[in-house]
Amino acid sequence: MRTRRFIAPSSLVWLLLGGLYFFIPLLATLLFSLDSNQTGKCCTLHSYGWVLHNGDFWHSLKISLFLALETIAISLAIFVPTVYWVHLKVPKLRPLLAFLALIPFVVPPIVMVVGLLNVYKGAPSWFYDQPWGFLAAAYVILAFPYMFFSLDAGFRSIDVHTLTEASQSLGSSWPRTLFTVILPNIRSAALAGSFLALAIVMGEFTIANLAQFHTFPIFLQYVNETQAYPAAAVTLMSFCITWFAMLSLLFVGRKRGARGAVIAGVR
Amino acid sequence: MLAGAFKGATGGWTFSNVSTALHEPYRSAYWNSIELSLVTSLVGGVTGLAIAYSAIHERTPRWVRSILTTFSGVAANFGGIPLAFAWIATLGAIGIVTRFFQNQLHYNLYQHGFNLFTKTGVELVYLYFQLPLMILVIAPAIDGLKKEWREAASNLGANAWQFWRHVGLPVLTPSILGAIILLFGNSFAAYATAYSLGYSNIITVTIGQYYTGNVFSNPHLAQALALGMFVVLAVMMLLYIPLQRRAARWAK
Repeated sequence: MRTRRFIAPSSLVWLLLGGLYFFIPLLATLLFSLDSNQTGKCCTLHSYGWVLHNGDFWHSLKISLFLALETIAISLAIFVPTVYWVHLKVPKLRPLLAFLALIPFVVPPIVMVVGLLNVYKGAPSWFYDQPWGFLAAAYVILAFPYMFFSLDAGFRSIDVHTLTEASQSLGSSWPRTLFTVILPNIRSAALAGSFLALAIVMGEFTIANLAQFHTFPIFLQYVNETQAYPAAAVTLMSFCITWFAMLSLLFVGRKRGARGAVIAGVR
Repeated sequence: MLAGAFKGATGGWTFSNVSTALHEPYRSAYWNSIELSLVTSLVGGVTGLAIAYSAIHERTPRWVRSILTTFSGVAANFGGIPLAFAWIATLGAIGIVTRFFQNQLHYNLYQHGFNLFTKTGVELVYLYFQLPLMILVIAPAIDGLKKEWREAASNLGANAWQFWRHVGLPVLTPSILGAIILLFGNSFAAYATAYSLGYSNIITVTIGQYYTGNVFSNPHLAQALALGMFVVLAVMMLLYIPLQRRAARWAK
């Protein structure tokens, strides 16, 4: 075959079109955020100042960050031992878990929140009325597929049986085996799942809106409706959080055993 | 707890709610959602395929592909409120591109029938997460198109079109259809983006209105509507599974 060195023209056209479609909105948001609130002209950092001096911004950001940490902590606490146990003792249950993990992925958040609000209606108010209760529970469910598939890939890439037997024959207890032997070996898988959970919680709007909690995306929507130019600044910050989470994910994913799902849905 | 979604959706099961959910105005909200999802999954699917194929093409430098997959991984996660606003800043009434057309080209997009806050606008915005998803999902399938097949075809005298018609497309079809179903579900389930654009004539936003207090509250009707969504997605999954099996045949 002839060796052709140059990119095919049709490929070039498609890639350029795709590139324009993806970068123009990002660029436009950046330019928009630099426009002045009074004159609508470029360039001022006033919008960023408005955001940074806004108490609601910090408040909602704090709620979302804590929620993300809580979701990650609960998810890891539940799913690391579960997936470990399934891989070690009852591999027959793995397909069942994988099937369960697909449910939150297939059921739209709007359907899920309708169900959850109904199920938890009678729950005590410290749970139902607090983001740390109801919303965290919903986010653990949302994060479940991403956690499961990351961890599952992680556990599959290590030899669970040999590691466990070696650890036990040297006299370790179960908790010690889990924390000092297994956990370091699946660290990158656990991190990958955690970054996906972070991206989900920081962007999730549907459930927070319907259950009426004031998380970061809710604040963003409020700014969208009221302050056009600062909204561009908050939008960019939100994109940066997603970039951070996803690039960290890709970075830890380079190491072995952390190649799980990479698509977190926050439409 | 996981079963909550199912329980809730059937919890409000009385005949009147379900039958209300199947009549106007809800019927048109369902159709609108389905149409929106069909358009964005088909356009996103075909365009995504073309972009992914262009990047994986043997004449394209390898770094293009790694940048594209990295970026798609991130962009597939852009969604909801920030995405909607990015587009308002771009093509909204005072968006950067709208102003550019107005000031530099003296062409007012909004006076010539374009409006970001209509179905076309929402479709344009949805493509922003549909395209990268398509690229991510279809790239492994395109990798599966072996170079040897192309060489064998060209040794037998096939041109590019014949290769696609008789080898490439038949092998890729199950993967493409599967990916398009995935994209359909993705946009059918979307809520925040349309909500933020103020586009309310789709089923997810309609359900949401029964909880956010814009309309008098009727959770049972919302549950019946959610059940309807679930049925649509269940049908999609039933179509997806056999396609996935067929696609897996070439993965080895």
